[in-house]
Amino acid sequence: MPEAHTVTSYDDELRFLVRRLSEMGGIAERMVADSVAALVNADTASAQRVISEDLLLDNGEREIYDKAVLIIAKRQPMASDLREIIGSIRIASDLERVGDLGKNIAKRVIAVHTMAQPRKLVRGLEHLAELALTQLKEVLDAFATRSPHLANSIRERDEEIDAIYTSLFRELLTYMMEDPRNITACTHLLFCAKNIERIGDHATNIAETVYYVATGEQLAADRPKDDETASMIAPEPGTD
Amino acid sequence: MSEAATEKAVDTALEASEIKMRGTDVSVYYGEKRALFDVNLDVRKNSVTALIGPSGCGKSTFLRCLNRMNDTIDICRVTGEITLDNEDIYDPKIDVVELRARVGMVFQKPNPFPKSIYENISYGPRIHGLTKSRSELDEIVELSLRKAAIWDEVKDRLNEPGTGLSGGQQQRLCIARAIAVSPEVILMDEPCSALDPIATAKVEELIDELRANFTIVIVTHSMQQAARVSQRTAMFHLGKLIEEGNTDKMFTNPDTKLTQDYITGRFG
Repeated sequence: MPEAHTVTSYDDELRFLVRRLSEMGGIAERMVADSVAALVNADTASAQRVISEDLLLDNGEREIYDKAVLIIAKRQPMASDLREIIGSIRIASDLERVGDLGKNIAKRVIAVHTMAQPRKLVRGLEHLAELALTQLKEVLDAFATRSPHLANSIRERDEEIDAIYTSLFRELLTYMMEDPRNITACTHLLFCAKNIERIGDHATNIAETVYYVATGEQLAADRPKDDETASMIAPEPGTD
Repeated sequence: MSEAATEKAVDTALEASEIKMRGTDVSVYYGEKRALFDVNLDVRKNSVTALIGPSGCGKSTFLRCLNRMNDTIDICRVTGEITLDNEDIYDPKIDVVELRARVGMVFQKPNPFPKSIYENISYGPRIHGLTKSRSELDEIVELSLRKAAIWDEVKDRLNEPGTGLSGGQQQRLCIARAIAVSPEVILMDEPCSALDPIATAKVEELIDELRANFTIVIVTHSMQQAARVSQRTAMFHLGKLIEEGNTDKMFTNPDTKLTQDYITGRFG
């Protein structure tokens, strides 16, 4: 945050938003990492813990909403302050959604592990999650430093996540074709992959918000996308 | 960005025909003390231009140059050029009384004449010889009060003193009085600072309506008011024009740090 306001309690209020958001960011990161680890290690206890942590993010989001509305009512913020507050509201929503997606992955841990599953697929998921987590971590750094350049580069990188998600999607389809007994696990893994890909999208949203907060301008509406799964169909049985 | 460039191009294209008043290198001295430094500012036709800045920044001084109100201060000297429809208003041939009829003014504190509501409005048109008959005068009084959105509140008591009205009503009466002589430009010097929020809202609503027929320049200390009522905003500091531009942009993403610090409350 730039220089101090004449009214110091105004600064305290804005600092509260920043602090609360970085706490939420930390929790969201941990939930995603833990849920994917729980998936890989079939750790249902850890999955349970992730599920219960989601409440922290829900509360954080609400608290930020309340505080932001109160600041707007009291201070009638302008320019960078106004962007900061509106940005906080949006970022809180994105982080809350990231928490939901982590929770959803955790919920699937139990179902997925009722049957054996290909290690290779889990490893693919792990890799996808690593990328999404890096995006999330960096976007939180971009927010902390209000760096438009970092925000922009994070947004550009979402393409990678989309590409890996697309190839995972294809692989999962193939496994399901090979043996219908894989379908339950693969379907759950597919949702997990989708959730992780969505986490990347939320990181992108946050990057866009950070860019706007920092510069007052919006990034161009069209960003690179490499998610082709919307038009993907299963190969004919027996071919390939 | 290309969008910004386009906007800029449109901005420039507008200028020639849309400029009502233009200040070029305007400087003002009170004796030895210089109060304004080479201000270049255009006032667009049928729009509201807000002048903002901390106390003593020169915004009121600039406003008062626009209808030569500064002439009333002996030690005050104005240099540079100010035009109204491309005509230099400081030209010795200009009739100042006529100028002030074309460029009217509303002050911070409502200052109705200690006369009836009717007299408050009819005085200007009468001394400027704008009417031939009593019925014509009646018409102007009604029309002015209607335009100032106060007719319904005063129509049954036109002969009562204007000073008996509430503060908000008095201010709208003063606006009606300014309108009565059919000015082209209305200058407002903190017109709402002595009014309660409801009266303020009424005056702001009125300003927005008046824009269709008049060009308005308003000095205000309320940033929110400037953001609400104006299309263009000019920021002054220590006698200099710091930044001028589209109001929406000015209050969401100003170009200069000084403006940013002032409107967000980080000054000094």
